[in-house]
Amino acid sequence: MTSPQDFAEPLLRVEHLSMRFGGLVAINDVSFSAQDCAITAIIGPNGAGKTTLFNCLTGFYTPSVGRLTVSHSGHRWLLERMEAHRIAGTARVARTFQNIRLFGGMSVLENLIVAQHTKLMRASGFTLAGLLGLPVYRQAERAAVERARYWLDRVGLVEMADRQAGTLPYGAQRRLEIARAMCSEPRLLCLDEPAAGLNPRESADLSVLLTFIRDHHRIGVLLIEHDMSVVMAISDHLVVLDYGRKISDGPPAVVRHDPAVIRAYLGEDESESEDDANGEDRNRREGQGSC
Amino acid sequence: MAGLVALLLTLPLVGLRTVEVQSRLTIEPHLAEVAMTAFLVFLGRLGLTVAASGLPGPVLLAALATLGAGWFLPFPTEALRVLALAGAAVVAIRTLWALYRRQDPRSQQERDRSLDLWGARLQDATRLIGPVAVVLALALPFLPFTDRAVLDLGILLLTYIMLGWGLNIVVGLAGLLDLGYVAFYAVGAYSYALLAQTFGFSFWLCLPLAGLLASLAGLTLGFPVLRLRGDYFAIVTLGFGEIVRIILLNWGDLTGGPNGIAGIPRPSFFGIADFTATPASGQVAFHQMFGLQYSPLHRIIFLYYLILALALLVNLFTMRIRRLPLGRAWEALREDDIACTALGINRTTIKLAAFAIAAMFGGIAGSFFATRQGFISPESFSFIESAIILAIVVLGGMGSQIGVVIATLLVIGLPEVFRDLAQYRMLSFGAGMVLIMLWRPRGLLSHREPTILLHPRKSATQQHAEAVGAP
Repeated sequence: MTSPQDFAEPLLRVEHLSMRFGGLVAINDVSFSAQDCAITAIIGPNGAGKTTLFNCLTGFYTPSVGRLTVSHSGHRWLLERMEAHRIAGTARVARTFQNIRLFGGMSVLENLIVAQHTKLMRASGFTLAGLLGLPVYRQAERAAVERARYWLDRVGLVEMADRQAGTLPYGAQRRLEIARAMCSEPRLLCLDEPAAGLNPRESADLSVLLTFIRDHHRIGVLLIEHDMSVVMAISDHLVVLDYGRKISDGPPAVVRHDPAVIRAYLGEDESESEDDANGEDRNRREGQGSC
Repeated sequence: MAGLVALLLTLPLVGLRTVEVQSRLTIEPHLAEVAMTAFLVFLGRLGLTVAASGLPGPVLLAALATLGAGWFLPFPTEALRVLALAGAAVVAIRTLWALYRRQDPRSQQERDRSLDLWGARLQDATRLIGPVAVVLALALPFLPFTDRAVLDLGILLLTYIMLGWGLNIVVGLAGLLDLGYVAFYAVGAYSYALLAQTFGFSFWLCLPLAGLLASLAGLTLGFPVLRLRGDYFAIVTLGFGEIVRIILLNWGDLTGGPNGIAGIPRPSFFGIADFTATPASGQVAFHQMFGLQYSPLHRIIFLYYLILALALLVNLFTMRIRRLPLGRAWEALREDDIACTALGINRTTIKLAAFAIAAMFGGIAGSFFATRQGFISPESFSFIESAIILAIVVLGGMGSQIGVVIATLLVIGLPEVFRDLAQYRMLSFGAGMVLIMLWRPRGLLSHREPTILLHPRKSATQQHAEAVGAP
């Protein structure tokens, strides 16, 4: 585990974020920060507001209150004021989705090429140079394919590159979504339950992949995950949410012994609900692993 | 039972016909035809039932006999004859199918797969069909059987093919259901007519101008509409199409209202020579320039090549842009627009680009239509035109270029070929649609080729085999 480096400004700073839907308060005054080159996991029971937090970060929701700052390469971006596509394109925040959102009718490789849209669009002279077949664009496209090949190799999908993305097995689709997000060259990668529905071996592979991404690419990872084996093994920092509030924040070793977390996560009656959760998890995995 | 249903259905459709007798509408019964139709349907249904219950052999013989009889024996009307022939053919095919299926123990799913395999093979064949079709289209005016009627039909088909290819950009690639495409067609036609008549601009100047104006109309519509999704989007575009038609109808000073615009100038041979028998003094006509005998066909042949070139231009454009980031973004938008946003794609500009480009092609097709007809009125731009173009795109298989051509041949070509059937010819239109929906519900050619490959190219057939082989 690499220790989070001390930067003057963290990669992501969330300050007093609140999100209300009518009378429902999904996120209530949450503040935390995520460092560059580190994996920050956000955990919490169902309905704690984790995905809502991601939606605020990536511009799908406009937060009711609060400030979201991303700082890298000497610039600062206030995400709450930006349109969703600019958050991805300019502030370079990429995300994956809880329910996989691939371009199912397109091939695996095309999925990765679309992820490099902003760059290629500029190279193709906003289509004009591309229409004329200028070498500038061809070069850029070749570079894009190389980048795609690199990530396909990383997630072990090179063989399937020309298959329709929608026909891939479930685990491969999950990995492809991560590869697609990485192809857009993000500085902050937000993964929404990447291990959901994976079998234990695939989860272990995922941990390896995420550690690789953190160690070899200059990137901060924000991870929502229920699979504690993954979370505890790879995260450098944990943020625990419950009912929209932050109840704990710190390194995994500290957080796992925080009484507030144990109460919220495992319930008052510890042993019983832990068994429940495990049983449910196992069922779900077996069900999806077989197909 | 089926005979009874047919009786009920045909009674109002076939049996009662309104005719004008001394400037009054009266209803003329055609009961004999109704009875014959019902009887034929009854026979056909009986044949199918018997065939299904295990006697396909005799039924097949009977069907073939009917086929033969229908070919040679006289029938009271041409329509009945076609009905009998088609019915007998269907029964014969169904019985053959039943015979085949009996020896074929595969499940429904396997059969679907094998049908998909045929689709994939067809797709492979289309790689050859494309160039062959272009060569054929180029040679058409010089083939021995070609006359004025064939050329006119060719021009009509090519116009719809061009419109289909244009709409394919919005519907097939970007996945935006546009029900008002004909509005841009109208804008293009009226732009040309008005510019040419008011300012005396030549066709070659007006063609790009009309395209430009139409794409402006596309942008104007696009800005407010593109926030909407799915059905709502479709309904607003439908409304826009009607708005344009109604404006054309009511803005009498400019557009001539319901009377339309007549005497639209014909195109010249690239601005050099006219297609007239007697050119104005000091000018050279086309036939003089090339030392040919004057023939009115020259203009038609020229128009034919013009629309062929325009249509191929649209096709070329689409084929190219599918390999560019813009085209890929359109397809990604069709697949999942939220994921698009998460990857930094600006949905609004991408959609607007699709709209403006498709509108431009629609406008160019429109100005061609105006110059060919020489007369335009709002009647030519009603909703049914939009529906037909959309049907062509959807039936062809969304996003498939060759599919558009085949669907146009079916949807526009069939009713033209069956003109002899008089009022029944639209039946062939309906029958074609129903058959396509039954056999290939995702469109004739729904298979999609990736625009870029990491590994060497494989045929669609092989890809299909892989897709089936995978769990």
